[in-house]
Amino acid sequence: MDITILVNLSYIAASILFIAGLKMLGSPDTARRGNAFSSSGMLLAVLITLLDQNIVDYRYIAGALIAGSIVGYFAATKVKMTSMPEMVAIFNGFGGIASLLVGSAEYVSGTFDNPAFLGAIFVTVLIGGITFTGSIVAYGKLSEIISGRPFLYKGQQFVNGLLVLSILLVGANMLYIQGFISAEQTLMLLLALAFLLGILFVIPIGGADMPVVIALLNSFSGLAACAAGFVILNNVLIVAGALVGASGLILTNIMCKAMNRSLANVLFSGFGAVADASSESSQEQGEVKPITAQDAYLILEAASSVLIVPGYGMAVAQAQHAVRELGELLEANGAEVKYAIHPVAGRMPGHMNVLLAEANVSYDVLVEPDDVNPIMETVDVCMVIGANDVVNPDAKDNESSPIYGMPIIEVDNSKTVFVLKRSMASGFAGIQNPLFFKPNTRMLFGDAKETVSTLVSEFKA
Amino acid sequence: MESQIILLIFILVLSIFLGVELITKVPSTLHTPLMSGANAISGITLVGAILSSGSSEIVTITLGTAAVFFATINVVGGYLVTNRMLGMFKKK
Repeated sequence: MDITILVNLSYIAASILFIAGLKMLGSPDTARRGNAFSSSGMLLAVLITLLDQNIVDYRYIAGALIAGSIVGYFAATKVKMTSMPEMVAIFNGFGGIASLLVGSAEYVSGTFDNPAFLGAIFVTVLIGGITFTGSIVAYGKLSEIISGRPFLYKGQQFVNGLLVLSILLVGANMLYIQGFISAEQTLMLLLALAFLLGILFVIPIGGADMPVVIALLNSFSGLAACAAGFVILNNVLIVAGALVGASGLILTNIMCKAMNRSLANVLFSGFGAVADASSESSQEQGEVKPITAQDAYLILEAASSVLIVPGYGMAVAQAQHAVRELGELLEANGAEVKYAIHPVAGRMPGHMNVLLAEANVSYDVLVEPDDVNPIMETVDVCMVIGANDVVNPDAKDNESSPIYGMPIIEVDNSKTVFVLKRSMASGFAGIQNPLFFKPNTRMLFGDAKETVSTLVSEFKA
Repeated sequence: MESQIILLIFILVLSIFLGVELITKVPSTLHTPLMSGANAISGITLVGAILSSGSSEIVTITLGTAAVFFATINVVGGYLVTNRMLGMFKKK
């Protein structure tokens, strides 16, 4: 059989495996098998590509494959689950730079008379470059190497506009004018501008909005691969890239909806820098009512339904294992225990679910806000652990609040709310929370892990 | 050439629609593994990278080899960490 037919049939098979793998990600029961399907699709695509007759030298390929596998292996096995956002962020960047390099390699060895080919290279390098530096900045912000504060400066829109215009001019030179500057210079200039745009695109965005940014960059890394598919005229790159692109865009959309903000608002408003102005109204809402862990235990012991609302603070305090233990003791005590997880809890989509799964919390007790809000009145105790903005009633009641309109977990409608909190400092977005002053709210001050451990030992005593 | 590009655009459009249909059915519990799995899939650019890396011109080889390295990190790291995470999701 002709080798190109075999190659193309294998690419079809690989595409089917990717698609089947994603479909099986529709349920936690089949998800792991789905991942195996998807990875065998990748293995097939790579192996069949190695048969290509145009390959003259396998030494560099083998070296890079081995080196990349070692790095990938250690990254995957050593990473802590709390650091998953950083890992996904940097991997988005690697995907971007890989596609950028493929595009560049084709450019330096290609011909310059086909606008479709050159256009595809332009798009690949541009998206790949933005993804690469944007992801590095996102990684820096997530790992707190760079300040998570939104960074705004005068004339920002003007600078960005100028940059986009320059990129379009370079693109025009690349495709049509040719000779104005040399091909190498054009590529270098495009690289520099794409890298700069990536940095300027992410740097103004605050740490609280990083979940949206990494979802978007996830999408970009797929689109870069897709564009590279048009450069080398390869269908499997286009199919896989488009699937990733769609995935990232859907997650971006879910995150934006969960915050009741448009994507443009997330990207350009420097949210958090302007948040303090409108929060005075919530300053004088009465006194907070602290409660000791011993008294909290008595209330929990009498509760027949408990809803735990975890936020990223829970992971910071490494309290998830103690929380799971408390949940089991409550269940043994006859209470129904559920975990309500807001889409933007944690630092990336689904982050909180992974942290709880790691702590052996069964996935069928993890519920979404829409599942619990209608029955909130029947909940005896809501325990808010390290969450803040996602339970802020201002989102429903206070039109002047910057988070007004954001869907929240309406814990204030339950019978009793416990808020586990280190101090009265405001949340990630820097907004006051009137929940703390509600008559049915009790504050459990202190380190979340210690507080929960105290509750656990009370139950065991 | 033109007809090939048109065919590829056709594939692109269908893939996007398929992707949207598939991904909207992924429950929010699995969104983090979805993203790390997507990282791995975006490493498909490895296919292009291998072809560049196997070229005979030194510049192309250099760029291609670097691309193979980065894409392999994505593929291997992405699938392994996704598998590790999905192994944690258990029902009692």
